[in-house]
This record gives sequence, C-alpha cells and structure tokens, in this order.
Amino acid sequence: MTWLTWRQFRTPVGLVTGMVALVVVALVVARPALMDLYRSTGLASCTTDCTQEQVRDFLLRADDLAAKPLFWAGFAAIYLIPAIIGIFWGAPMVARELESGTFRLVWSQGITRSRWLAVKLLAGAGAAMLAAGLLSLAVTWFSVPFDRANDNRLIAEVFGARGIVPIAYAALAFVLGVLIGTVLRRTVPAMAVTLILIATVQVVMPTLVRPNLIPPKHYTGALVAQTGLDGGFEELMMSGDGSLHVIPRLAEPGAWVLSNRAVKADGSTFTGPYDPAFCGRDAGGPRRCEEWVLSQNLHQDAKFQPASRFWPLQWIETALILVVSALLAALTFWWVRRRLS
Amino acid sequence: MTDAIATTGLTKNYGRKTALNDCTLTVPTGRIVGLVGPNGAGKSTLLQLACGLLRPTTGSIEVLGERPGNGPEHTARIGFVAQDTPTYAHLSIAEHLRLGRALNRGWDDALARERIEQLGLDPAQRAGKLSGGQRSQLALTLAVAKRPELLLLDEPVAALDPLARREFLQGLMEHTAEHGTSLVLSSHLIADLERTCDYLVVLVDSRIRLAGDVEELLAQHHRVTGARREASSLPSGHEVVYQSHTGKQSTMIVRSSAPIEDPWWTVEQLSMEDLVLAYMTEAGRIAPARVLEGHR
Amino acid sequence: MIEFHLDARSGVAPYMQLIHQVRRAMRLGLLTEGDQLPTVKEVVGKIAINPNTVLKAYRELEFEGLVKLRTGVGTFVARTLSDKTLAAHAPLRAELERWLARAREAGLEDESIEALFLSAFRAQTEARS
Repeated sequence: MTWLTWRQFRTPVGLVTGMVALVVVALVVARPALMDLYRSTGLASCTTDCTQEQVRDFLLRADDLAAKPLFWAGFAAIYLIPAIIGIFWGAPMVARELESGTFRLVWSQGITRSRWLAVKLLAGAGAAMLAAGLLSLAVTWFSVPFDRANDNRLIAEVFGARGIVPIAYAALAFVLGVLIGTVLRRTVPAMAVTLILIATVQVVMPTLVRPNLIPPKHYTGALVAQTGLDGGFEELMMSGDGSLHVIPRLAEPGAWVLSNRAVKADGSTFTGPYDPAFCGRDAGGPRRCEEWVLSQNLHQDAKFQPASRFWPLQWIETALILVVSALLAALTFWWVRRRLS
Repeated sequence: MTDAIATTGLTKNYGRKTALNDCTLTVPTGRIVGLVGPNGAGKSTLLQLACGLLRPTTGSIEVLGERPGNGPEHTARIGFVAQDTPTYAHLSIAEHLRLGRALNRGWDDALARERIEQLGLDPAQRAGKLSGGQRSQLALTLAVAKRPELLLLDEPVAALDPLARREFLQGLMEHTAEHGTSLVLSSHLIADLERTCDYLVVLVDSRIRLAGDVEELLAQHHRVTGARREASSLPSGHEVVYQSHTGKQSTMIVRSSAPIEDPWWTVEQLSMEDLVLAYMTEAGRIAPARVLEGHR
Repeated sequence: MIEFHLDARSGVAPYMQLIHQVRRAMRLGLLTEGDQLPTVKEVVGKIAINPNTVLKAYRELEFEGLVKLRTGVGTFVARTLSDKTLAAHAPLRAELERWLARAREAGLEDESIEALFLSAFRAQTEARS
C-alpha cells in the first residue's frame, strides 16, 4: 500500500519538493550578503539599545540587496504552499479514484478501505508537514534580520509565515483537499472549492480567531504624548469636515496591536471636532494641535498581544489547526466507509 | 455446503431511487451464473453489494456464508471486475501486478505473470495505452490471481469487439475449468452468456424475475401456438409468462413442470434467449397494464 | 485429436452438439480406440463454453461406452466404430444416391427432397417404436 501511495503520488510530490528546494537554495545563497549588512549596521550586536537610526540604515540598504525580493518570495511561498498541497495533493487523492472508477479495483483487493485511506492520509499529511516545516524553517532563519529590524513578528502576516504554524496549515490544507475531493467526487471542482476554503481560512484565522486565542491585554490610562521622531502620537490627522483622527502611541515594542483609541470620558472614541484655533491649517503646526488634544481630558484605550506571546500563540494555533485537521480526517473516514457504500 | 450468494429481502436505495427492490435469491457454488437484465435493472448494484463495495439499505446478503465487506479475509475470497474494467491509466501492467501482490495475501504471482505472457502483453506497457480487450484481460488477471472462490464480473464483455469478447471468455472459461471457481457474469445481452452460463438470474426493474438452473428452466418453459384462445383456457398449473394474440392466432410462453398435452396447441422448446426476452418483455408490459386497470 | 465447434443457431443443446461431433468423428474413423479427446480446459479455451457442458458431454459418452475417463490423465476413446460404417455401407449409399438422382429427375428441389426424406424417416422410426 505504501508503494502504491508513493507511485500515485510521486509527480505532485516532486512538484512541491522542487518548489521548496528552489526557495531554500535561493535563501541560502542570498543570506551571507544580508548577514554582512546586519552586522555592519550594528543591528546584530545591539540588544535593547538598538537605535532607530540603525534600523533605518539597515532597512534602506537592504532594499538594494537580492535578499529583499527573496524576503517577499519567502512570504509568497509560505502562504502558497498550503493551497498547492491542498489542490495538487489532497483534492485528487480520492476524487481521481472515484472519478475514474479505480476505487472499485482497489477496494476489492485484500485491504480494507479504512486502511487504504489511513496510509494515504498519513503519507500525504506527513509529506505536507515536512515540506512546510522545511520551508518555514528556512524562511524564519533567513528573515531574522528583517524581523529584528521591523520588530513585528507578531503581526498577522508575519506570524503566519514564521515558526511552526505553517506546518499545521499544510496538514489542514491536505486533509481538507482529500475531504472535499471525497465529497464532490470530481477532481477539478474539488480543486476549486479547496482553494477557496484554504484562502478563507487564511483570512479568517488571523482576523477573527488568532486575536482571541489568548485573551488580549487591555491598557487604559490618561492620554499622553510619547516622544518620538514623528510627533507624540502614532497618527494625528485632520479631515475637511472638522473631525480629528487620533491614534496614541503604545509603549509595547513588538506587540500586535488589535485596537488603540483615544476615548472621551464617556468611553466613546474621540473624533473631534477640532478647534481651528489650535489645529487649523494656519494654527501653528502639529505640535500645537497635539497640545490641544492633550488638554481635552482624553484617555487611551488599547488592546494588544504583547511580543512575549509569540511562542504561546504559535503553539496554541498549531494545536488548534491540527485538531481541526484530525476532525476533518475522521469525517473523511466516515464518508469513505458509510456514504460511499 | 454454503451458497455462493444468498440474499433475503435485499434492497438498495440511492437517495430516493431504488436500485434493487426486495430481492431474495440463492445461487449455489460451482456454477457459472448469468445475471441478465436491461441497463439500469440493478445488476451492478447487486454485484457491488456482493463484493462489499456497497451496503444494503435493508435486507441481508451473504456471500460464501459471510456478510460482504466484513474484512480483508473475506474480500480475498471474492474477485471482482467492475464495469468498464477500471485500471490505473498511468501504471504499467507490471505495476498493476505489483499492486495486486502488495494488497493480497493469497496472491498467485506465477499465475498472474503466466497469464500476461500467454496474452502476449508487454509488462512495461502502461494500462492507459492498452486496447479495451487487453485492459479487461488485465483486470481479469488481477481478479483471478487473488485465487478467489467466487469471481464476480460486471458486464465484462459489453465494450469489447467480437474477437476480444471471444478471447476474454475463452480465458475465463479456461481458468474456471482449471480452478473450479464459481462465477457470476452480468450482461444486458443474453447472447454474450448463452454458451457459458448454466444458471440464470433475470433482473428487471430492480426485481428478480427468474432464477434457476438453465436446463431446468428450459425444460419448464414452452412456447405454445394455436388458433386464438384466451390464456385462461389453459389447464391450471400453467403459468403464462408471455402472451401475444393476433386476430386468428395466439402465442404464449408458458411455465409448467408437467407436459402440455392439449392437441389444440403446438408446443415448442425455447432457446435461452427466447426465455429471457419473454421475461423482460412481459415485465415491461405489466406496469402500464396495471395503470390502465386503475382507470376503469 | 479432434477440434470441437459450436453452432449457436442450430437449437441443439451445446452438450449434444459435442456428443454428435465425437460420434461422427468415430463413425468417420477420425477417432479410433485409444485416441485422446481434448481436455475440458482445452475445449473451453477454444470455444468459450461452460466447462460443465463439456464434462456433461464426456460423461454421457462414457455412459454410452464410447469413451473412458481416466482421472488425472484424460478422456480416451474406448471403441472403434468406423469399420461398420461408410465402407461397410457402400451399397446402401449407392442406392441412396440413385434415389436422389431420381428425385431430381422428378423435378424436386433440394428443400422438397429434404422434407420428403425426413418425413419418410420419421414415419418409419415411429412405426418401429
């Protein structure tokens, strides 16, 4: 059975292996130049004392390296690999047998269909996790200087492309593809539906689920202006209709900020209107407007996941996705044994 | 001795559609059974229930004394060649044999390779490039190399040209002669099976119309012709299977174990084809007749 | 060794056809005592019929004492029939040929000759039994 699974599976496996190998080799080749820059800008050796100048210096000069497009290619590869695995490994695995009638050949051999499916699912999910794990390891390792400079490992896009969660998503995509193929019994529609569902999961997880995997931290306090290169607030923006958009700064480096508002005494978000004498076009610039905002008796209200939660969140999300994958696999077994007979 | 197939009230529905309706049937072992009926009568469903690919909706089926689909040991005793003889198009013949060897404990590799050699097939050839006849021979090889006690073949020759059809049946009969395998062959054409089967099951509209030993069935059925008379004028104990009347003449096919000695009638023997056609035609006719009665 | 064939449209049961073919071959001297008949496997591999049909024909021939089944070896012809036939019946045959010639002279067509012969043959058989 192992042999048959491999024999039917080797072309798509070759496709994904080739893709992963290509990305890994490119990352390995481009990394020395990136590390030279990382060291020469001093970013590699500073710990908590890294200056904004060092960061800017590194990011600006990195734009000229071959490493920059590869940094983005790494993202693309990580987010595409579940879809590729789901479409080219998962969806055809059972659907093609049902479509071509060969399930009647293989299920009338001296092997139960549960065992047949178990070997296929284990081999496929194992290979998917291995490929995604390798890719994530390479990308995470390559992106260390960028992640250090950006200090944003926890924000949605970066989090999903680092560490161990990509392994779980690959397993989920594979099992989902197999299930959809089993239910629809047609390869091409199964591929399309699998793609749509994987993309949906990739959007829904970071926006709706991940923020609440651990209850986010809540910060409230008097609104203050932090000293910074670009003014005391994260954002301060006037609109033509007289409203004012204020986002305070949050003194939590590397945190994933979920919401961050300036609120009035009654708890509603402050949106102006601003006083033209302080904030108008010719009222004396953003400093004067900031001072006016600070005098309005406002509070800051922020929800965030602190940087220290990177690994706990990685583990929880990985476990959650793997549990869902296992449930989908169980549903596939049930479907193959009951619904297809 | 256990029966090859024994069903009681066997029914299979696909959603609202009934594919097999309340079938009770016993097929002894050691026979070559012809399962005949029009397309869509439920032949494939019955065979797939017998090899465990499908489960009954209600009723029960036992194959070689056990419920099908009960585990690999039982599956090993049953060989199945599905309709259109599916094979893996991108796998070679040799790889198909390897598949069979890997998945079946009782696999007879020598038998499989010998068959392929006798057929003059190149083991390196991909199944997708085989002709229809060669593909069904490969599927048959996979089924017989399991050394099954019962071999189920679903429309094995329907898609083949006359020569390939003959060659397929020759190989199949040779195997049966040598190994004494029980055989069930389905077909929508009795002509395919006339020479080979010694037991007949006629399936029409999801129901079993006729089942029994071919010789007994042929001995029990007669075609009687004579001047026009109603079927009721026949002595009791004669079941009219089929009747057709012209202005002057009546033709009936009658089932009766006793000989018909009424000099009014000319009595003739039936061929297997006539017999099957009589049951198929009459089954198609009964339904509308009942509807008409309902309107009166 | 003889080769069997089957006529699907003759209306004669397949096993009877096999019996007829063995008998005819024996009458014609094609099969004599000690000759082997093809094995069941060979027959079904050739004409694709039910093995039981062949077995049935062979058993019937054995019952008639024409062949002998030797388990594990094969089926062998047990008697020679040809000496009584054809050569021995040359005068009868000549007589029949003369009759056929006369029938043609009388303007009878093939079908009528056949019908005439068969009806006379049947009438005579019935009268005897």
